[in-house]
Amino acid sequence: MTRRVVVTGVGVVAPGGANAKAFWSCITEGRTATRRITLFDPSPFRSQVAAECDFDPVGAGLSAREIKRSDRYVQFGLAATAEAFADSGLELTDELRERAGVVMGSAVGGTTALEAEYVVVSNVGRDWLVDARYAGPFLYEALVPSSLAADIAVRQELHGPAQVVSTGCTSGIDAIGYAWQLVQDGEADVVFAGASDSPLSPVTSASFDAIKATTPQNDDPAHASRPFDRDRKGFVLGEGAAVLILEELTHAQRRGARIYSEVAGYAARGNGFHMTGLRPDGVEMSLAIDSAMDQAKLNADDISYICAHGSGTRQNDRHETAAFKRSLGGAAYRVPISSIKSMIGHSLGAVGAIEMAACALAVDADVVPPTANWRNRDPECDLDYVPNIARELPVDVALSVGSGFGGFQSAMIFCKPGVQDR
Amino acid sequence: MSDKVVITGIGVVAPTGKSAREHWAAVTAGTSKLGPIRAFDATGYPVRIAGEVPDVDIAASMDGRLVVQTDRWTQLAFVATDEALADAALRLPHDDPYQVSVVMASSSGGNQFGQRELQHLWSQRSRTVSAYQSIAWFYAATVGQLSIRHQAKGACSVLAAESAGGLDSLAHAARTIARGVSVVLAGGIEAPLSPYALTCQMANDLLSLDDDPLSAYRPFDAAASGYVPGEGGAVLIVESLEHATARNAPTIYAEIVGWGTTHDGRHASRDPGHDQYARSMRLALERGQTAPAEVDLLVPDAMGVAGYDRSEARAISEVFGPAGVSVSSHKSLTGRMYQGGAALDVVTALLAMREQMIPPMTGLTRPADGYDIDFVTAARKTSVDKVMVCARGFDGYNSSLLLARHQNGRST
Repeated sequence: MTRRVVVTGVGVVAPGGANAKAFWSCITEGRTATRRITLFDPSPFRSQVAAECDFDPVGAGLSAREIKRSDRYVQFGLAATAEAFADSGLELTDELRERAGVVMGSAVGGTTALEAEYVVVSNVGRDWLVDARYAGPFLYEALVPSSLAADIAVRQELHGPAQVVSTGCTSGIDAIGYAWQLVQDGEADVVFAGASDSPLSPVTSASFDAIKATTPQNDDPAHASRPFDRDRKGFVLGEGAAVLILEELTHAQRRGARIYSEVAGYAARGNGFHMTGLRPDGVEMSLAIDSAMDQAKLNADDISYICAHGSGTRQNDRHETAAFKRSLGGAAYRVPISSIKSMIGHSLGAVGAIEMAACALAVDADVVPPTANWRNRDPECDLDYVPNIARELPVDVALSVGSGFGGFQSAMIFCKPGVQDR
Repeated sequence: MSDKVVITGIGVVAPTGKSAREHWAAVTAGTSKLGPIRAFDATGYPVRIAGEVPDVDIAASMDGRLVVQTDRWTQLAFVATDEALADAALRLPHDDPYQVSVVMASSSGGNQFGQRELQHLWSQRSRTVSAYQSIAWFYAATVGQLSIRHQAKGACSVLAAESAGGLDSLAHAARTIARGVSVVLAGGIEAPLSPYALTCQMANDLLSLDDDPLSAYRPFDAAASGYVPGEGGAVLIVESLEHATARNAPTIYAEIVGWGTTHDGRHASRDPGHDQYARSMRLALERGQTAPAEVDLLVPDAMGVAGYDRSEARAISEVFGPAGVSVSSHKSLTGRMYQGGAALDVVTALLAMREQMIPPMTGLTRPADGYDIDFVTAARKTSVDKVMVCARGFDGYNSSLLLARHQNGRST
């Protein structure tokens, strides 16, 4: 009998919401947190909008030492960890610390800090042989993304398995999937699982400009992210973090924990096709969905809500729509599907975890967040994308998907505890 | 667990050579492969030597179009993967591409490519980078490219627990196989030698500033002065025993019988604790239902920094007893290759089992006081049936992996 795993705590740092509650208000009210970039001067770049976090590390309870030694993405992770931990009501005894792990995703880790320090040591790009004497003391922490999970393990004094999973834009789902497997297999009883990224920096903007993946529509930042809309022109960068407390079901029940949802299925596939290109048929995303439904012992009619990848690029939204149809058949036309990236942007590896947080909250609150900025139907995207206004309905089963560079496709299912037994 | 998980192929791209055979020859001879850095002019840096992969024929494994789209790190991984597949006599694409996954470790991504593009971005008025920057620099670049190249369409993963990730990739390969995949390309490769990446590494204060290749990196020695960085690593073909047997794989090097991963739960500084590291070893033994006395060889992390060496020695003697297990490391020959080094240590473990011989511990002249460890300082012919490989990642990660020689080393 496989061990079952539930979510007992949620922590979020997102644009438009510095904690889970504020995040949930933002996305259920359909408010967009995209704006002209303020973290650096975006004027040289093709895409100049992003969803930024108004993050206050002191207000988030980080210590002076944590603030000094960690990059912005690690700080997001620590803040989300603190919130999720408090929310879970867990008591970390010495015994439990050895059974408690941390698995975090990040697509680009300390890129922002690496670039900022690079500018200093290279004399603004003039020198190939950079001058090491100007390097800051925490540059190694910036180089290796292992810092993210390590700093969380240190903050919580966790001695269980620790890992950083870095599969690009599916990092968030994959990290939670990795954590799920650790608890299933009995390698841990509790795992702090999630992802964090703070990619907003010139090199990130330039990288996505170069392949025209981000939107060039800079004139109306609040409406720049337009997933599934006919006039979508590319994604809008974002930043943030989410951490979920994953816990073995009986462990959670014994301590009377509040259970948001059960992790019912997870699968990943590679399309083996192209690092950035997607075949329009969406076969591998569909196969990941099929496998996740299989593990959850649920079928298409059981899905109440799909938290889409919905990045707002021409090819993604079409690819994903095809995948939903392939997996769900006629039910694809009935299931409410939405992209919260319309409001909080695309925070690369982090966003998969933020979307799983949205699923946990949706299952808990029986509300489906909308796709903001949806105005015009695209004939190739003809499903119900919950335009602009949230919907109250019973959310027993939430499916979330992710798609990333490298051809990675992932799917995960959260459901109300006991739904599968009905 | 429905099936056993075995290793059937080895691919090496390391300072010690470009094949398992070359690696074993260098390791048994104890020849140092450290030398002045050739990747760039390092004479002005406090760290001037490293372990570099000798001239390697990238074009044989990767077409020219892809060469310009990738970092050296990805290119080295392509070479090692081809060698591992040839060694395993495994032809990809597989009949069922969803039965094949790539699970590899990466601790710092495409460093040379990344620095070049940062330079372009910041030194040119146009403020642009190459169209390939977004697919060459990030940590998943190598696994993504390998997945496409070999049509490995099962669940892929990229682990970034710094050096410990090289072992974690094998544990996760076993988890992935337990969930229905048949073949996993695992291990890790690293290419951390660009001026900026070296600068980043120097910031951790653990590197040796000695530029004599013969004395710079001396793990467990009284004169240990830090580690020397190295590039390269190893790719391993991990399979379910059932799959390996069904296709009549030529060699079954070993079975993955146990692993344990823990975290210190505190920052390592220069004097890390030993108890969680010891616990990772015990977890691996427990999972492998193996008594400490049954382990014939332990390949340690061998950081070469006094505090790390001391805590590692203490963890080993606490778990295995005073001088309770033979210990050998050849990291002083190659430098510390981060996750690539952990993967290469697994190769050494597999070859020690095949050759029934423990290669000599190198770089050790006079062990620091107080280590109760049986360092194997001269090659030792002996039965080697179970080997533990240990690795630590920055900062606070501990991993131990237990391998058992497969009966007669051949499938039937």
